[in-house]
Amino acid sequence: MADAKVIPFDDDRSRGSAGQRQARRRGGGSRRGALGEPGEIGAVQPLPGRERAQEDEPVSREEEQPVRPPEADGRDGGLERRVAAGLAFLRRRLTGEYEVDDFGYDEELTDQVLMSLLRPVCDKYFRVEVKGIENIPAEGGALIVANHSGTLPLDGLMMQVAVHDHHPADRHLRLLAADLVFVLPVVNELARKLGHTLACAEDAERLLAQGELVGVMPEGFKGIGKPFSERYKLQRFGRGGFVSTALRQGAPIIPCSIVGAEEIYPMIGNAKTLARLLGFPYFPLTPTFPWLGPLGAIPLPTKWTIQFGEPIPTDGYPPEAAEDPMLMFNLTDQVREQIQHTLYKLLVQRRSVFF
Amino acid sequence: MLVTGVARQLGGRFVRRIQRDPEVDRVIAVDAVPPGHHLGGADFIQADIRQPTIARVLAETGADTVVHMDVTGTALGGGSRATVKETNVIGTMQLLGACQKSPAVRRLVVKSSTNVYGSAPRDPAVFTETTPPKSLPSGGFAKDAVEVEGYVRGFARRRPDVAVCVLRFANILGPAADTPLASYFALPVLPTVFGYDPRLQFVHEDDVIEVLRIASHEPRRGTLNSGTFNIAGDGVLPLSQCSRRLGRPTVPLLLPAVTWAGSLVRTLGMTDFSPEQIRLLTHGRVVDTVQMRETLGFTPRYTTAETFADFARGQAPGLLPPEALAGAVDRIAGLTARAGGHPQTHSAN
Repeated sequence: MADAKVIPFDDDRSRGSAGQRQARRRGGGSRRGALGEPGEIGAVQPLPGRERAQEDEPVSREEEQPVRPPEADGRDGGLERRVAAGLAFLRRRLTGEYEVDDFGYDEELTDQVLMSLLRPVCDKYFRVEVKGIENIPAEGGALIVANHSGTLPLDGLMMQVAVHDHHPADRHLRLLAADLVFVLPVVNELARKLGHTLACAEDAERLLAQGELVGVMPEGFKGIGKPFSERYKLQRFGRGGFVSTALRQGAPIIPCSIVGAEEIYPMIGNAKTLARLLGFPYFPLTPTFPWLGPLGAIPLPTKWTIQFGEPIPTDGYPPEAAEDPMLMFNLTDQVREQIQHTLYKLLVQRRSVFF
Repeated sequence: MLVTGVARQLGGRFVRRIQRDPEVDRVIAVDAVPPGHHLGGADFIQADIRQPTIARVLAETGADTVVHMDVTGTALGGGSRATVKETNVIGTMQLLGACQKSPAVRRLVVKSSTNVYGSAPRDPAVFTETTPPKSLPSGGFAKDAVEVEGYVRGFARRRPDVAVCVLRFANILGPAADTPLASYFALPVLPTVFGYDPRLQFVHEDDVIEVLRIASHEPRRGTLNSGTFNIAGDGVLPLSQCSRRLGRPTVPLLLPAVTWAGSLVRTLGMTDFSPEQIRLLTHGRVVDTVQMRETLGFTPRYTTAETFADFARGQAPGLLPPEALAGAVDRIAGLTARAGGHPQTHSAN
């Protein structure tokens, strides 16, 4: 599979029939998304901008800050109810009356604020199309294994939004993140509040045992920091630790293929010396970054597809299976190949990078 | 029963409580300085556990249970860090040596701390008793605790007939707590590390006394009270949430500034803002308490949040009391209701 040829994306524009079939299908998908949107946003996004500011500086100026209700002369009870809900939320935040789990996951903040900030990026900017959401079980632990790309781990965040917004049972994805995330200030705070935790066997097992949906990207920095020329070529899947974790907990593995994230920051170079100086695993050079400064850090608005594949059950194995390296490698390869296959299939179906 | 470190509030409370248990005939309370509080009917012996006299005390009294509570982060009455370290480490060595010599000793309980896990960004989110720390504490109380536990393990190897129980307590809080963290929360404005929101866990003083009692008696049916146990209340409070519930504003500072300010404050002797304290307030620490529940058979009465609420009640109101903030938001809610021209009342809470 590793030597398979990547179908260059410029070629598929000429494929008339395939493109049309795809377009029809995508049309259906986005229509469903459009229908789903207003209600969802209305329900979970009382007063987004303000609360973000409040979160950043915990307790200051809250008396002036909170209320400038957009149009207090409300058209009907709806707006007013939202203002009241927003104020109730604000009140809980200011007095500290909310719950946080052992990992620091702040469900309320995630649902009400952080998700509403990420949602427009997901729905409007990258126009993420989600397929196969029914492959994620409605309850119980499951491990979603996805490919990793895009220089910055936006694909993980988009996957989290996709699962949260599209799954009928409102499941929350708990991502496993690299240790670098928890070293950086601000980033680590937000990651913990979003429910992410360190990618280590202990944390993954604990989350799966709690019946959580855990997301992992086993390629790690090798995947996210690979040059543009190697796009959509899966890297080595770590040491397969995710398989033994899933085996120990008997949690199904759900392969997930993300198309579109590879092109958001086409990495054409890697300033290794600078990276070593800063302590980062790589320092990307893209056509725009760092030449255009902060402007260059804006990702390209590619069109994304996130496809969740058929779950691979792991509960049929005996308990000692987690200690069997051969089985582990076989399962790792199976997951890897399934993701790679789906990637190629999605790439063939894709009309162009941006539409 | 012999109890060390009774001059502290917690030791004194434990001595007073344990005498009410029918299994306990006599309690010998030991400390280097006479306690300021009464010890019930316990016999106080003024002895420094750093000196070999402790062996004589143990031999003369023939105690069968030793509760070692003199492993602490701060000196009583403003001693230097070196004295504290000596009491923690040398004191433990002397005491363990004395225990090894005394055939009467059947049970040893040591008060340790979850500080032994350190606090680093590369640690798993939740520590179990067997998790090795990614970065060993480099100094201060945490290192003392690690060394004390090392000596205790050695003692347990040499005297397998003695039941040894090491209790790793999370941050102890309560209305009368005199820990460094309690004095930190008493500051009018809480300095925090910019960009980090540590997860904290607390254990209530009442629960500390209770679990020490369980550990120093014969185990109840179906439980085992020798081994190492994490002791913490349920749940987690991030520092930002603590400050809001306490009503004290936070001042986020950059990490180097915090380290510098911490050393300055320490030099001035205002509060013990040690480096490991700063690490705790940067990365936080959460421990797993399954062993405590299932093996030791102890269920804390207070959760982390309840412990903190009990502590906050004993504190003077902060600059931004939560009640006032809630009231302000409610007033605004009332205003918007009126501005909207709708007569119905809003219940924002």
